[in-house]
Order: sequence, then C-alpha cells, then structure tokens
Amino acid sequence: MSDVTEIIKKQINQSGKKREVLLPILQSIVERDHYLSSESLLQVAKSLDISAADVYGTASFYSFLETNKKLGKYVIRVCKTIVCDMQGKREIIEAIENCLDIRIGETTRNNKFSLLYTNCLGWCHKGPVMLINNEVYTELTPDKVRRIINAYKQNKQEEL
Amino acid sequence: MSKNSLKRLDIIFAPYSTSPYKLLSELLKKDKDAIIQELIESGLKGRGGAGFLTGLKWKLAKEAKGNEKYVICNADEGEPGTFKDREILSQVPRKVFSGMALCASIIGANKGIIYLRAEYNFLKKDLQKEINIFEAEAKKLNLDFSIEIFSGSGAYVCGEETALIESMEGKRGEPRNKPPFPVVNGYLGKPTVVNNVETFVSARMVCSIGAKEFNKFGIHGQKGSKLFSISGDTPKGGVYELELGLTVQDLVDEFGDGDTKAVQVGGVSGFCVPRKSFAKRTIGFTGKFTGDSLPTGGSIMIFNSSRSMYNVLHNYLDFFCEESCGQCTPCRVGVQQLLLGIEAIKANNKPSSYLKTLVKLADTMRVSSKCGLGQSIANSFQSIVEEFTEEIIY
Amino acid sequence: MLTINIDNVPVKVEEGTTILEAAQKIGIEIPTLCHHDDLCIAGNCRVCVVEEKGKNTLTASCATPVIEGMKILTHSAKVQTSRKHIVELLLSEHDEKCTKCYKNGNCELQDLASKYTVGDYLFMDLCEGKEYKIDDSSPAIQFDPSKCVKCQRCVRTCSEIQGVNVITVAEKGKDMHIQTFMGLPLNNVPCTNCGQCVNHCPTGALTERMYYDEIWEAMGDDSKHVIVNTAPSVRVALGEMLGYPTGTRVTGKMAAALRQIGADSVLDTDFTADLTIIEEGHELLQRLKKALVDKEDVSLPMITSCSPGWIKYIEHMFPYQLAHLSTCKSPQQMFGALAKTYYAEKMHLDPKDIVSVSIMPCSAKKFEANRPEMHSSGYQDIDAGLTTRELGHMIKQSGINFLDLEPQPFDSLMGESSGAGVIFGATGGVMEAALRTAYEVVTGRQVPFDNLEILPVRGTDGIKEASIKIEGSLPEWNFLEGVELKVAVSHGLKNARIIMKQIEAGESPYHFIEIMACPGGCIGGGGQPIPTNAEIRKKRIESIYEEDRNMTLRKSHENSEVKKIYDDFLKEPLGEKSHKLLHTSYTKRNKF
Ligand SMILES: Cc1cc2nc3c(=O)[nH]c(=O)nc-3n(C[C@H](O)[C@H](O)[C@H](O)COP(=O)(O)O)c2cc1C
Ligand code: SF4
Ligand code: SF4
Ligand code: SF4
Ligand code: SF4
Ligand code: FES
Ligand code: FES
Repeated sequence: MSDVTEIIKKQINQSGKKREVLLPILQSIVERDHYLSSESLLQVAKSLDISAADVYGTASFYSFLETNKKLGKYVIRVCKTIVCDMQGKREIIEAIENCLDIRIGETTRNNKFSLLYTNCLGWCHKGPVMLINNEVYTELTPDKVRRIINAYKQNKQEEL
Repeated sequence: MSKNSLKRLDIIFAPYSTSPYKLLSELLKKDKDAIIQELIESGLKGRGGAGFLTGLKWKLAKEAKGNEKYVICNADEGEPGTFKDREILSQVPRKVFSGMALCASIIGANKGIIYLRAEYNFLKKDLQKEINIFEAEAKKLNLDFSIEIFSGSGAYVCGEETALIESMEGKRGEPRNKPPFPVVNGYLGKPTVVNNVETFVSARMVCSIGAKEFNKFGIHGQKGSKLFSISGDTPKGGVYELELGLTVQDLVDEFGDGDTKAVQVGGVSGFCVPRKSFAKRTIGFTGKFTGDSLPTGGSIMIFNSSRSMYNVLHNYLDFFCEESCGQCTPCRVGVQQLLLGIEAIKANNKPSSYLKTLVKLADTMRVSSKCGLGQSIANSFQSIVEEFTEEIIY
Repeated sequence: MLTINIDNVPVKVEEGTTILEAAQKIGIEIPTLCHHDDLCIAGNCRVCVVEEKGKNTLTASCATPVIEGMKILTHSAKVQTSRKHIVELLLSEHDEKCTKCYKNGNCELQDLASKYTVGDYLFMDLCEGKEYKIDDSSPAIQFDPSKCVKCQRCVRTCSEIQGVNVITVAEKGKDMHIQTFMGLPLNNVPCTNCGQCVNHCPTGALTERMYYDEIWEAMGDDSKHVIVNTAPSVRVALGEMLGYPTGTRVTGKMAAALRQIGADSVLDTDFTADLTIIEEGHELLQRLKKALVDKEDVSLPMITSCSPGWIKYIEHMFPYQLAHLSTCKSPQQMFGALAKTYYAEKMHLDPKDIVSVSIMPCSAKKFEANRPEMHSSGYQDIDAGLTTRELGHMIKQSGINFLDLEPQPFDSLMGESSGAGVIFGATGGVMEAALRTAYEVVTGRQVPFDNLEILPVRGTDGIKEASIKIEGSLPEWNFLEGVELKVAVSHGLKNARIIMKQIEAGESPYHFIEIMACPGGCIGGGGQPIPTNAEIRKKRIESIYEEDRNMTLRKSHENSEVKKIYDDFLKEPLGEKSHKLLHTSYTKRNKF
C-alpha cells in the first residue's frame, strides 16, 4: 500500500490539524486507493492525534468510505431503492454480474471492478441508475450497461 | 378536481437577469429586520423536510450570540424520490449562493458551507467554478462571505441537520439531542443556519417579489409554490414547480400513467396515499392534517397497479435498516422488527394479527425516536399497512 | 429558579437541570439505561422518555433541560406503552441467558425487564442465527457482543474519563456495534485494562476476566497454601455487595470471610503499600540528590507506579517518558515477590506450593500479574488477581452470612499496616503517605499538617497541587534545605494526559507526581462494585480516611513488620534484594 502522508499533509496544510479535516482526508485516500487500509487509517490517526478506533469508527459509518476490503479501480454502485427497483434494477445487476463474472459485493480478480448496491442516487426519474466512481449513468438497460462496462474494460470510457 | 387546478410555475429555474448578482446587491441594502419580517409574513417554510418557518430560523440565528456564525446549505438530498436540489445546483447555483449570502448578511456570518452528498460529487467542479465567480462578485459588493463545499460520504441520515453538523465536524453522523438547536449551538458550537438548497432560492424569491406576491401563489388556501420531484410509474418524470394546495388527484391526472394505484408523498419518510384518497388529500404546509399533507422534500413517487405494495414496503424498510444511524433503540431495533415482522407474516410464521402489534410498535417509534428518521418510519409503514393490508398479508 | 410540574407535583429547580434530575429531586423514579452520572448525556436508549404536555412526541428526560412551566407526565399510558416496547426491543436484540450470566442480579437491563415487561415477549428474537464471538483475548477484561445493548457507555467512558478511546461505535443502522480498531482483539490494542468500561457497562457485555473458579480449586487442594492479600480500597467497598450501606468499612469481616472460604493466610496489601513508601520515598530523595548535588541528569518529576492501568497507559501513549516512572513495583507485585521468597522462607513453605491471590479494586492488576517480568521469585509472583466484585461473588457463593460474621484481624508477617498504607486507596493517598514519611526522614519532624492530614492533596479535583517547604533538615539532607517540594496528584487518565503533555513539553514544575488511572483512585477502580459514581466514590473516600484516622499507626516507616523485613531480609531500602524483588522496568509499547 502506498503512502498516504502526502494526502494528509496536503489537507492539514490547507485547513489545519483539526478534527474537521478527518473526512476530507479519508475521502481523498478513498479517491486514490478505493478503500481505507488499516495502515492508512493508522497513519491518519497518528497525524491528527485521534485514536485509531475513533478514526475507524467514524469511517465505517459512511458507505462511501470502504474499510473492510480493497475495492477495484472502478466501483460500480447500482441503486436498489424503490424507484430503480421498480424500473428493473434486477436485470441491470444480472447484466453486470455476467459481464464481469462476479456477484454483487465482489471485486473482479484483476482488481478493476467492484460491484455494490447503493441507496437512491437522486436520478429516480431516469432509473435504473448507477455510479461508476463519480460518473452517473442513467436510464440503464442491460444492453446499455454492457456497452458501458465494455468501454471501461477497454479504458475507453471517455467515448461514452 | 379539474385538471387546471394544477398550476405550473417557472420561477426557480427562470434564467438569471443579465447581471448575475444584481438582485443580491439590492437586497443587501435593505433593512435586515424588514427582510426577516417579509420572510415571516410570506409564511415560507423550509423545503428540506421539517417545514420550519425560514424567517423565524434566521431571526433566531440573528439574535443568537456568537462571534462566529455559519450558513449551511443542505445539499444532502438523500430522500428517495427527491432530485430537485441537484437540478437547482446544476441549473441556477447563483440563486442558491445569493440566498446564502443574504442569510449570512442578516445573521452576521461570513462563512458558508454547502454539504454536498457524495453521490453528487460530479457537480463539484462546476459548482466550484461558480463559487469563484460568486466570491469575486462578493468582493465587489464588499461582502465578507465565502462559500466552501463539504462532501458527504454516503449516509442518508446526514441530511438531518445535527447529523450533518456532526459529520462536518469529522464525526459519525449521529443526530444530536435537541435542544439546543443549531441556530444557537451548531457547527463547532456556533450559531448556525441550516437550510435546504431550495429554501435559499425561495427565500431569495420572496425577498425579490415580496410576501404579498408570493402569497398569491397557491390554491385551496395553501400559500406559495415549491418544487416537486416526480418519478415512478409516470411517463413524465422530472422536476416541476407547482403551486401548493394541489391534490394528489391533480398530480395523478397530470403525471400518472392512467393506472395509478398509490402515490408516495414526501419520500419514504412521507405517506402513501391510496387511490380512494387521491381527491381528498391536498399537499401543503398548513391545515389540520399537516402531517398527512406535508410535501417534505417534494418527492412524489407514483405506483401503478402492477406494483406489489409488500415489495414497496419491504424496500423502504430495507432502506431504513441500512440508513438509520443506529444509535437509538426504537429506530435501530424497531425497524428491524418491522421488517422481520412483515416477512414472518408473509411466510405464515406469524399470524396476521401480528400486524397490529407492529402498527403499535410504529407508534412507539414515532413518539420516542431521537430524530426525524426514526420518527417518520411510521408514516409509510402505517399508511401502507392500513391501506393495503391484504397485499401485506397474502 | 424555574418551576415545573411533574406528575402534578410542582418542583423548583435551577436552570439547566434536566427533567430526570428534577424528577429525582422529588423522589420520582424514571428508568434509565444509557445515562450514567459520570458521563456526558447520550440520549440514545430512549428508556427514559416522558410525556410533555402539548407535545406529540415524547421527550428523553435525561437529555432535556427543563423549561419554565413545563408539565411532565412520567407514567402516562403513552409513556408506559413506549417504555415497554423499548425495553422489549432491547431484549429482542439481546441474547438473554440470565441464569448463566455473571451480571445476573446486578444488571440494569434485567432490572428494566423485570419492571416493565410482563408476560410473553411481543417481538421476534433478533439474535437467532447470529454468530457472536466473545473476545477473551485480554487477561483483564472480556467482551461478549451478544449481551451488548449499544448504550455506548463504555465508549464514552474510555474516551471521556480515560481519554484512551480504544473502543468505538462502528458501522451504522442494524449493523451498528461496539468494537476496537478494525475489530482487533482487546489484548492487541492500547487498552489500559483499567476496567472503567466494565464498571460503567449496564449489562454483562463487558466484564472482567473471572478467575475465581481456579481459586476455589486451589482452596480445596490441601497441598496448596493459599495466601490472600487485600487492597486498601476493597475493605470500604465490598460491603456494598453484601448488604451494607455504601462506604461501610468491613475490614475484619472480610478477613473472616476469606478465612472461612478457605484462605490459609489472610494478609494485607497495605503492608506492601507501606513498603512501597519506604522504597519510593528513598528513590525520590535519591533522585533529588542526584539532581541537586551531583548535578546528574535524572528524570524529574518522578511519577508513582502503583496503578497498573496508568503504567500500561504511559507505556502506550508516552513511551519516551518511562524514565519518569518510579521503578517501584506496585504493592500487589511487591507482595507477590515477597510471598514466594520472604514469606515462604519464614513459614518454611516450598514456594511452588504457594498460591498467591490478591483481591483488588482493579482489573488492570490481572494483566500486571501476568506480565512476564513479574517472576522475581522464580515463579509467577501473583497467581491471580481477583476484583472486589469477584470476591463478593465468592462470598455469596459460599453461603456465608456476611452480616453476622465476627470481625477477625489479618494474619501476621505481612499483615500489619499503617494508616498511610490504607489511604493508598484514595486519590492523593500515595502522595500523602509518601510525604508523611519523606518529610520525617529529611527533617526528623512530622509533616507540618494538623493530625498528619495533608488536605491539599485530598479531594476529587482532577488535578491537585501542593508544595511543602523543607526547613530544618537533618545534616545528611541539608541540600534540601529551603527547597520548595512541589507535588501534583491526578486521577482519571484523561488528567494524566494533561500532566504528561506538560512533562513532554519540558514545562512540568513538579518534583513528584501521583497518578492513578481511575477516577477517585482505587476506590473508584474498574473492579469495584457496580454502580460506582461520584457520590459513591466520595463515601468510599470518606471511609478510607476514617480508617486511617482510627489507626494508631499512621506512618509507613513506623510499621513494625516493615522494619522487621528490612532487618531480617531486605537489609536497606534500594538495596540489592530490593532491586531484585521490589523494583521493575517498563516496556515501550505502540500508541496505535
Ligand atoms: C433523516 C433525515 C434526513 C433529512 N435529509 C434532508 C436532506 O437531504 N436535505 C434537506 O434539506 N433536509 C433534510 N432533512 C431535514 C433537515 O434536518 C433540516 O430540517 C433541513 O435541512 C432544514 O432546512 P429547511 O428548513 O430549509 O428545510 C432531513 C431530516 C431527517 C430527519
Ligand atoms: S431515530 Fe434513527 S437515525 Fe435518528 S438518532 Fe435514532 S437511530 Fe439514529
Ligand atoms: S446481561 Fe443482564 S439481562 Fe443479559 S443475560 Fe446477563 S443478567 Fe441477563
Ligand atoms: S479497560 Fe480502560 S482502557 Fe481498556 S477499553 Fe476499558 S476503559 Fe478503555
Ligand atoms: S458493552 Fe456495555 S456499556 Fe458498552 S455499549 Fe454494550 S452494553 Fe453499553
Ligand atoms: S431510487 Fe434509484 S435513483 Fe432514486
Ligand atoms: S437514559 Fe435517557 S435516553 Fe437513555
């Protein structure tokens, strides 16, 4: 696991060494590493002089701050809340599962993709919806999803 | 009700005037107490959920003692079926900033924070650009007010204002005990106004057109207008600005797919209205059954007759099981019991009479939970269970 | 003053009073669970809800300050239903096995259940099918998540009182639970073993590690010689578990009960407390001499080392400041080392047949007894450290009628003690005892305080300071003439942190500091009877001082058995034997 001191330093220089920078720091680490390793958490705790347990407890509260396992480079979050559920979330999940050969909650062997559920993404009128990292994809159909995933597989997501 | 009782407006998303912060510069010259008075007279209530009088909130924050104060724009928009704040922030962010700046000048704050949910991270870049423009403009106006974006990390409960503040302080998003309220003891213990994105825009609107004009909007005795996010079984999902006082029937006529069986008003924390009550239920902030008619965030989810209300309820309860902060007993354990309970009834492991026990439990959750999340689970639970009992049991 | 009305009774209270406090004032009981007088208000269990007239929702009485004119109902139908539901919800999430539970009979959840839920349970069992893993990795405390009601009292204790923060609330919603960093076992995190979390836990989720089964076995084994030493703070607290009012002194009855349940010899930790004073006092004087006369670079201030929770804390949190610690072992470990050497020799016993048990107010002593370096006698010096609570249980299990027991004295050889040894149990006590002796060693006169009571170091302030000017010193000590000896006393590890930060910054003005891990000192230890709170601590402290006042022997250096052990065995303070048996060294540990 690469070092997180740079990230921490940057945030502390920007806003000071105080508790309020904890979440921005954790977010930046997740942005880069896609999860919080125990080493990263320890380092954050040390730098902010907060107990490690406290840092962990805080991080684990938030569903976008993964603490338990390393996620892939692209984290796919499919909305499972009611409107998307009605609009065919099931088929979307199945399409992705087949396309990546993983089940929901898993990460591909090459560490490129993780597939997770999430709650309402705020695009209900255009469901089903998913996020891939920070990008939103709406009005999904199994076909559309396959196209999107394939583009990511070939690193051509910009063309989408 | 006739179709034309539903009136659409186009004020919130109307394009800016030629010079973007002209209105703000004029408003800043007005007497602060007069603005508060105007807001109170307009009856403008928060657009985020609880429906607290905005003018009064600002007044309390103005009166609160503190060398530092904060203005927080709640853009956590996590209520299922709500997406109007995202639209506002991507289409007319300057109106939001103006509202925040106005509030800041009134209460005496010079720091504003937009709490943006993680799911809206893609908005950050454009918003930051707009903030830079705003800050340059503010300098010209001699306004000591800066705006920052604070990203959420994925937790619905952080939309609750005190949880939001905890989260900004770098802690778990667990709602606080109230009192004290944020207007007295908010972010970092300082007086803080937390308002919904739309509230800031509406406040700006009221100040610009005046309480009188604002109160001309609205039908059936309700005053003002607000945004509605329409989704579900509708061919016309999207964000609409509608006059308050409309009935659920009006909505169904306009947006339904011809086969509407139920409408969820106010998101999963709101009420489910069955077909037979469509005409009776008006949507607004006042009246005898405010609870029933409260639009909260303005989420309207339409279900047609192909939907199983058991599945709908199950999905809601699943949502709450995950999104409750988990600190208080009635909410944390209660919602698990509701979910397990309806599953057991469905599977015939519990008699249908157990539903009555669950309805009573929901009452307890409503009166004894620590925050709005746990308190409002009963809304959807009871309205669905009572109106669609058969579907839940069999 | 505000006037409010509770159950139609008017009550006048100060602004800022909570509804709960106002109700208590007029004797109305409102049930609570997450609330604890020692801790900040959480307001999360909701057991304490009451009805406020004019409001639809109920109000958490522990978390809500009164407002003029408020009308409160504490047991309206609405309140009753909610309360019953809430208690049942707690039970549904709780793996209830009272008959097998250590806290049976002393459990707040059980009390609530017996009062507020009658008949069949309404709700479904949420524990079914769930797997719970008990964490018994630590020699001192253990955690059984199946009994946890998520009141967060432990989390608040560890952070607010101790500033250690090794337990936290993790995840949210239905998955919310209590755990350590990444769920590491408790022996793998910087837990001090102080047991304060255990003392504040309302249920059987957090308990000390219990060792009494092994002790029963040893007591029943004729080939074993079981000797017990009892810490000073146990005698003022044990009675609470056995039917006496808070703070009753039961020294003699305790000795009698121990003998009756099978101890071969009942001795007193106070004896080694007195010994600690002699060793530690000389160590301090030696350090001062090195600093003032030899101009050597010695670590001052010197800090006491009798609280093993504190020792573990400094090892983790300030590993580069260990030189400030006195090298003296705690009285428990001095006792252990001597039991299997001096005592064995005098009593003609083979040390391998001795089972040395201590009764302590503390769970950290369990960890301390298990430290690998605590084998100076060639054996594990202390075989088991039991808490006051465990002893209480043993006495109950034995069926002894404690109330009717005739008090008995301690056995001799290591059973005599002075009042100075007794006050070790209260915050400031070690300091007071040390000053009584050191001042007299240096000046040949008694400390200049009425009746030997050094009031500035007494009391419950988190950090106390005092200074004594040394005048008229004996020739041997005249380098101290005119020196203003500055001392400080702190209790509760949160306060220790303040003291240590000062030392770290090189700004500490003191020569000698007493630090105790637990609030109030040992009388408020993690192993003491539950409940323990400010009021109870105060009563126990009063009893400790009363015990001291009633003793003829008030100074450690006057203890005749202490004199004897130097004459017969140790020879001189800080001598070779002392070094081997009574002093120790410390380990740098990881902070995170
Ligand atoms: C569980 C829960 C979630 C909430 N989520 C939001 C939200 O996403 N956005 C929002 O503006 N208000 C939300 N609220 C309401 C806020 O607590 C608060 O009342 C609101 O931000 C105040 O602003 P307003 O007066 O402008 O509505 C939520 C409340 C609760 C109890
Ligand atoms: S009601 Fe639910 S979300 Fe609110 S404080 Fe209680 S557990 Fe947390
Ligand atoms: S913790 Fe209390 S309620 Fe639970 S099993 Fe033990 S005694 Fe019974
Ligand atoms: S024993 Fe002390 S340090 Fe360890 S978890 Fe409990 S309170 Fe914290
Ligand atoms: S371990 Fe005990 S004190 Fe801690 S949350 Fe659980 S029940 Fe409460
Ligand atoms: S329900 Fe899926 S985006 Fe709202
Ligand atoms: S005792 Fe008041 S909420 Fe727990």
